[in-house]
Amino acid sequence: MNVAFSATGSDLNSDLDQRFGRAGQFILVDTETNAATILENTQNMNAAQGAGIQAAQNVINAGADAVVTGNCGPKAFQVLQAAGVKIYHTQEHETVAEALKALLSDTLQVADSANVEAHWS
Amino acid sequence: MSETQKLETQISDMRREKNARPFTLAIASGKGGTGKTTLATALAEAAGMGVTLRDCDVEEPNAHLFVQPHWSRHTEQNRPVPRIDAQRCSACGKCAELCQFNAIAVAGGRAMVFAELCHSCQGCRRICPEGAISDENMPMGSLDCGMQLKDPAAPINFISGKLAIGQVMAPPLIRAVKNVGAAEPLNILDCPPGTSCPMITAVRGSDFVILVTEPTPFGLNDLELAVETVRQLGLPFGVIINRADSGDSRVHDYCRTRGINIALEIPWKRSIAEAYSRGDSLCEKGAPAKPALPQLSATWPTTVSVPTAMLMPPICT
Ligand code: SF4
Ligand code: SF4
Repeated sequence: MNVAFSATGSDLNSDLDQRFGRAGQFILVDTETNAATILENTQNMNAAQGAGIQAAQNVINAGADAVVTGNCGPKAFQVLQAAGVKIYHTQEHETVAEALKALLSDTLQVADSANVEAHWS
Repeated sequence: MSETQKLETQISDMRREKNARPFTLAIASGKGGTGKTTLATALAEAAGMGVTLRDCDVEEPNAHLFVQPHWSRHTEQNRPVPRIDAQRCSACGKCAELCQFNAIAVAGGRAMVFAELCHSCQGCRRICPEGAISDENMPMGSLDCGMQLKDPAAPINFISGKLAIGQVMAPPLIRAVKNVGAAEPLNILDCPPGTSCPMITAVRGSDFVILVTEPTPFGLNDLELAVETVRQLGLPFGVIINRADSGDSRVHDYCRTRGINIALEIPWKRSIAEAYSRGDSLCEKGAPAKPALPQLSATWPTTVSVPTAMLMPPICT
């Protein structure tokens, strides 16, 4: 499974970015091989509008099957859901590594709706 | 004939000559509340010729309060947003890639549209290789047309756009405000404040932009942004300082050092504020903007760097 984590830095010890659309970047982890790749998000950090939609498009294009992030707005949620990407919200795990551990031990819940209003992401 | 009248005639002759197309003057500012609308109305009233005043501030139109036109026509306006034919869409992603406004995403084997983010540029429809995109009409607001007949010899055509409640996409309606109606020799655009899409949509394509500012740190900050914007658009412009004697000299210094033409300074006077609160224009009540206008319009073709010695005398003294 390919999982995209919103992250403030570029390694697994970076903080999980609470924002999805305007996340610093995404760390894409292949849970079978443990290989991690970086997906830049700079363009969306500065987008005037629709950052969440474009970020969702990017992680879909990068082949993610799931997203782990702090908050996700309704538009991004809709796009991810249409592509069958699972969304996990967590505010409890500070770093990407911790969130990954929680995901692998099945303690993260799949979200069934957006958890913030439009314009957060 | 007085000097002023002579100049006025000369200018309108000049205009008539090159009147293959109308002259469009955009009144803009980086900051709200600088007196754009007051000035736009005054310029329209002082024009004394075929003029159309267009209120492009569709989010908060208020020029009609000053113009007090007789309304003649009200029309609802739609804008085209893409509709996807799911049968035809091959999920190639070209539309999403093209859209500058992130209004389309391709997910789950088809394109999906977020109409509230769409600027109605119709680029996606043109690029779609499968012909899967057609136009769907979405209500965006209304246009009102009317005429001010205060001076029967010089009526002012007036056009105002108003965004529908809940709509946030101003540019398509602004384009409609700019394009509707007969082309008079002079078009005056009362533009939305700021330097984002609505302001850019309004000023784009005009022949001259007047940036209205005030001599305060906020005024200067927003003026700098506005100057940058019109320079990037390649439009000739000049600055009008409103309440010119009220703040500090930084706006003046800024214009001087950048070679920016200060076309006019309007003093900070109680009589002007009172006229404003009554909804009167600068042309009335002992506020003769009229002689200033021809002088002002004489600076239009010269883009920047009019020597400061040629500063216009303050109007309304
Ligand atoms: S019409 Fe333009 S702004 Fe609207 S979705 Fe298509 S490309 Fe984007
Ligand atoms: S460009 Fe046309 S075919 Fe390609 S994804 Fe968009 S709508 Fe579908």
